[in-house]
Amino acid sequence: MNSPIDFLLWVKGPAFDIALAVFVIGIVVRLLEIVLLGRKQDLAEPKGGEFGPGLRTIVTRTLPEAGSFKQSPFTVIGGYIWHIGFLICLLFFVPHIELLHSVLGIKWPGLSSHIVDAVAVVTMVTLVAMLIDRITHSVKRFLSGPEDYLVWLAAFLPIVTGYLAYHRMLTPYPLVLGIHILSIEFLMVIFPFTKLMHTFTFPLARWYNGAMAGRRGVQS
Amino acid sequence: MSQATLERGLNALREEIDAPVAAFFSSCVNCGLCAEACLFYTETGDPRYTPINKLEPLRRIWEQEFTLWGRVKKALGLTQPVTDELLQEWEPLVYDACSLCGRCSMVCPVGNDIAYMIRKEREGFVASGNAPEGMKGASARAVKIGSPMGVKFHAVQAQIRHIEADTGLEIPVDVVGADYLALLSSMEIMNFPEYIEALARIFKQAGVSWTLCSEAFEATNAGIQIGSSDIAAELVERVVKGAEKLKVKYVISPECGHAYTAIRWEGPNLIGRRYPFKVVHILELLDELRVAGKLKTQGMDEARLTFHDPCQIVRKGGVLEPPRNLLKQVAANFVEMSDHREMNWCCGGGGGVSANERADELRLKVFARKKSQLDELNVDKLVTACANCRLMLEDGLEEYRVELPVVGLTEMLAEHLVEDNE
Repeated sequence: MNSPIDFLLWVKGPAFDIALAVFVIGIVVRLLEIVLLGRKQDLAEPKGGEFGPGLRTIVTRTLPEAGSFKQSPFTVIGGYIWHIGFLICLLFFVPHIELLHSVLGIKWPGLSSHIVDAVAVVTMVTLVAMLIDRITHSVKRFLSGPEDYLVWLAAFLPIVTGYLAYHRMLTPYPLVLGIHILSIEFLMVIFPFTKLMHTFTFPLARWYNGAMAGRRGVQS
Repeated sequence: MSQATLERGLNALREEIDAPVAAFFSSCVNCGLCAEACLFYTETGDPRYTPINKLEPLRRIWEQEFTLWGRVKKALGLTQPVTDELLQEWEPLVYDACSLCGRCSMVCPVGNDIAYMIRKEREGFVASGNAPEGMKGASARAVKIGSPMGVKFHAVQAQIRHIEADTGLEIPVDVVGADYLALLSSMEIMNFPEYIEALARIFKQAGVSWTLCSEAFEATNAGIQIGSSDIAAELVERVVKGAEKLKVKYVISPECGHAYTAIRWEGPNLIGRRYPFKVVHILELLDELRVAGKLKTQGMDEARLTFHDPCQIVRKGGVLEPPRNLLKQVAANFVEMSDHREMNWCCGGGGGVSANERADELRLKVFARKKSQLDELNVDKLVTACANCRLMLEDGLEEYRVELPVVGLTEMLAEHLVEDNE
């Protein structure tokens, strides 16, 4: 790996394959670890259903409870902005769509790169603000451990490196692009071992919550 | 109970981990939103009282023993074990600063049912000997004497004699073949015997066939509060045996909130079988009688009043509409609190907190939340439907020097009863 091109080829080739394997197998293992634990049959006579209320909670928890929003508007709004911003950059930047098309065989219309560029800036600023909040807010600082900061970094690096690559801010380009792809691979590799897993487990958690409450006749 | 040891505690924690618990811990991103839903945090500002933090011992067991990566980290010495010291440190968080009210479970954006997990975590605490003395005492009395407050059936008989002498009503005891078996909470027997009188009057008017059971009168379950399934199952079994002996079709849970959770929701799971009878909450039964036209009342209370939703009956029990339907029948000026129904704030004394003297100071401090809810409304009367809430509300109001009468809904209805259908 002597030249930036070699580096880029390695990142796009063997490194990506390894990251993808860790990502996919890791997620499957983690989900199996959860689901296979099962839960005891509930012998109490139900007041309401489980399935429907569970599905409803999956949807309704996407909006904040009014009181939480009033108490912690920054956490809620910041959370929305960066999650949506991250997804827009990931899924609607034309080169990303082309890449996903080559891997998955499906494609969809992208956004103009100027819009994605602006979204990336907003996302980065929000992520930095949320990091500052995590360090300064008494509850968040108290709860946070190394993993919380690691996953913050893992979410932040792909946006920053993508931004640098798009604007050709560092040279040579193959090196910056390689670093950008490597940052995604970093995210993918740590994904199954960290709380990034919430991306895949939150529907399960919401469903269990809604189902258990639904059984008691309450929509949670 | 067998000797409490750390090993037993750890085993109890292991046994409690199921798919929901694993899904919940996997999903938490430490956003801290649950803190704002918990009165123990909002009224103290102490981040240790953040609901999810109260689960650290259970979380460690889950991570280190139920995830592949956690097992690797443990093998590499990268994790911290659950020790007696940790459990001791967390005990006040788990018992003094959580009333199992479940409000946090309603707000978590990833959907974690935190109260479900704290109930489970207490199994490990009690098995390792890390539970408050007040609750250990209540549990021991419940098992040995039959009531957490040490109330024996002759105390119930004494109240029955008083009520019968005062009112001329008959309170049926041990009637085989009655439709309904009414349970009581010790607090009702000792502090609010008006409840028993109210039942007798309402049931007489409505023509309900009911009875008390001398061997199973206590509905509360200290085992559930302290987190010991063994004790809890034994207490539920008493009620089931009593109901089976009297061949009743229904068992009536009293107003008391956690009694309802115990007998209605946890009971069949604790004893491992379905009941041969149905369990109804007294408010559900009264609402059924209302709909059937059998609960005839007269006059309206003109006082501006509000209803305190007992967490276990409403948020955790699904009895949301009956108290409102019933109140509207007798109250002309009923107003709701700012947060009500499934989002109501706890009185601060649920989940065994009221049985734990060590928590008294904290409980009264966090009562400020309920006080501010009441301040917004400027009411003349506070109605509730749980003897424990009622006692805690009275205690809190006295602490904050607020003159506000607290009444039980069932007895309020009884006061408005039309008694002309002899």
